Amino acid sequence: MKIAVCIKRVPDMESRFKIAASGTAIDETGLKYDISDFDAYAVEVALQINEKAGAGETTVICLGPDAVQETIRKALSMGAEKGVQLRADAVPADSLAIARALAAELKDGGYELILFGKHALDTMTGGAGTMAAELLGLPCLTAASRLEVTGARATARRELEGAAELLEFPLPAVVTIDEGIARPRYPSLKGIMAAKKKPLDVKPAQLGSVRVSVEKMELPAERPPGRIVGTGPDAVPELVRLLQTEAKVL
Amino acid sequence: MPNILVVAETRGGELRKVALEAVTAARALADAAGGGEVHALAFGPPGLAGKLGPLAAHGADRVIACEHAAYARADGESMSATIALRAAGFPLVLFSATAQARDLAPRVCVKLDAPLLSDCLTVALSGQSVVATHSTYTAKLVATLKAGPMPVVVSVRPSAVTPAEKARPLSAETIAPAADPAASRVKVTDVVTSGGGKIDLGEAPVIVSGGRGLKEKANFKLVEELAGAFGNAAVGATRAVTDDGWRPHEDQIGQTGRLVSPDLYVAVGISGAIQHLAGMRTSRTIVAINKDPEAPIFKVADYGIVGDALEVVPALTAAVREAKKGH
Repeated sequence: MKIAVCIKRVPDMESRFKIAASGTAIDETGLKYDISDFDAYAVEVALQINEKAGAGETTVICLGPDAVQETIRKALSMGAEKGVQLRADAVPADSLAIARALAAELKDGGYELILFGKHALDTMTGGAGTMAAELLGLPCLTAASRLEVTGARATARRELEGAAELLEFPLPAVVTIDEGIARPRYPSLKGIMAAKKKPLDVKPAQLGSVRVSVEKMELPAERPPGRIVGTGPDAVPELVRLLQTEAKVL
Repeated sequence: MPNILVVAETRGGELRKVALEAVTAARALADAAGGGEVHALAFGPPGLAGKLGPLAAHGADRVIACEHAAYARADGESMSATIALRAAGFPLVLFSATAQARDLAPRVCVKLDAPLLSDCLTVALSGQSVVATHSTYTAKLVATLKAGPMPVVVSVRPSAVTPAEKARPLSAETIAPAADPAASRVKVTDVVTSGGGKIDLGEAPVIVSGGRGLKEKANFKLVEELAGAFGNAAVGATRAVTDDGWRPHEDQIGQTGRLVSPDLYVAVGISGAIQHLAGMRTSRTIVAINKDPEAPIFKVADYGIVGDALEVVPALTAAVREAKKGH
């Protein structure tokens, strides 16, 4: 099956972030980058579908500056066949602009399945996949925690708050991937070597107008220092008293 | 004086609490800008129209019930078509940032050619633009975003706004979907509920959450009993616990799970890994019970008890039960 996976390059979220001098972005000095978690699950899902079928081709698409080529190579080393960089100086904060650029690339690709992570770990917006589906006129399923493909149809499971839905839909379609679906594999040495020779096309990103900007980036307000009420079950009465009289939540 | 269309979320034909939060947020925005109209649109099976009074009570000038037998469940394709139709001419469309909105809001953005501000903690109007704060980088940073010119689509983080009554005279309308739900390409074949009448993590005023410190799956019943004592509590879990299958995946709170902000969050046997803190650090009051006094959870907790969860929790459950009795 011809599958496209749209991935994003994000910093390691365990990093200690600092704000850049501009006050509107993070300071990138010394940060390590990788595929955003949910996008890595999506790559794994694509690889598993094609491995099960014994045929197919997975293309990874990533929008951003040339540094994203390293991220694309990582997906290629996991086993994807082709990479496409949609070159842009920076990834805008406008998910509709991103979706437009991705849809322009996806439109004539002949993909039967297009996967996204449910959201990127840096911006945490989660709009681009569904928007791309809408721009392409394709059925869309958001936040799938299970996905199975049989011929030209697929079934999926989606977690809602307090319930889950089982769904069925025709292909081609766009699916955004939630956690729990598949653990991304580590690239093998052989995979890393092979990835160096795999095709990686570079094209300009057709972003169109960008209408969302970051005005400020800051650390969240620190929580006022808390206190240890006591040790063991003996501390329970004092805790309950504080919850009643001070926090007023009981 | 901008008019705002609110998509008021329902589940099984009943308004959700997030719907009242969304109308409250819209009313405040419209009033701050000199008093635009707030229209609230809800989807549900026939009979919904009679249940939308609370939307007017919380400040909706007009209440629109889109009724169809299929709307006992959400349907992204037909609902987004109806929303886009009703949103024509509205500078702002406001959703609650729920699983359903994650499906609907981006579709509406494309149909209206409007940018998206997702999962906002605060929203304000600024000239022809919308300015919002939003948690980013797995909740380690807060971004202030500006989108415009309007129209703009916004979704507001559940519990970020406290519902407040500001009654308007009830002006109601019932409409049919703009597209036939039966024609939608994505079909729901089954719904799995993970426990009848369970309070959802996104709506519960109290969350009791458990981690590895509970030692084994069976001990999670202590967490459930404590939640039961509060009466209005939902049960959450850390990723370690859901990965091990002690709890279902959808109970996971953290970077890759649910992001919650209840009035009270009780962390039981949770060390406080960054991935977990990302999902709960905006809770109003945090209580931590952990054996290790150095555990990072105590850095974000308002109140901590150092001790074995298996000993402390039963005592707390009894005390909470007693306190609730006094009410």
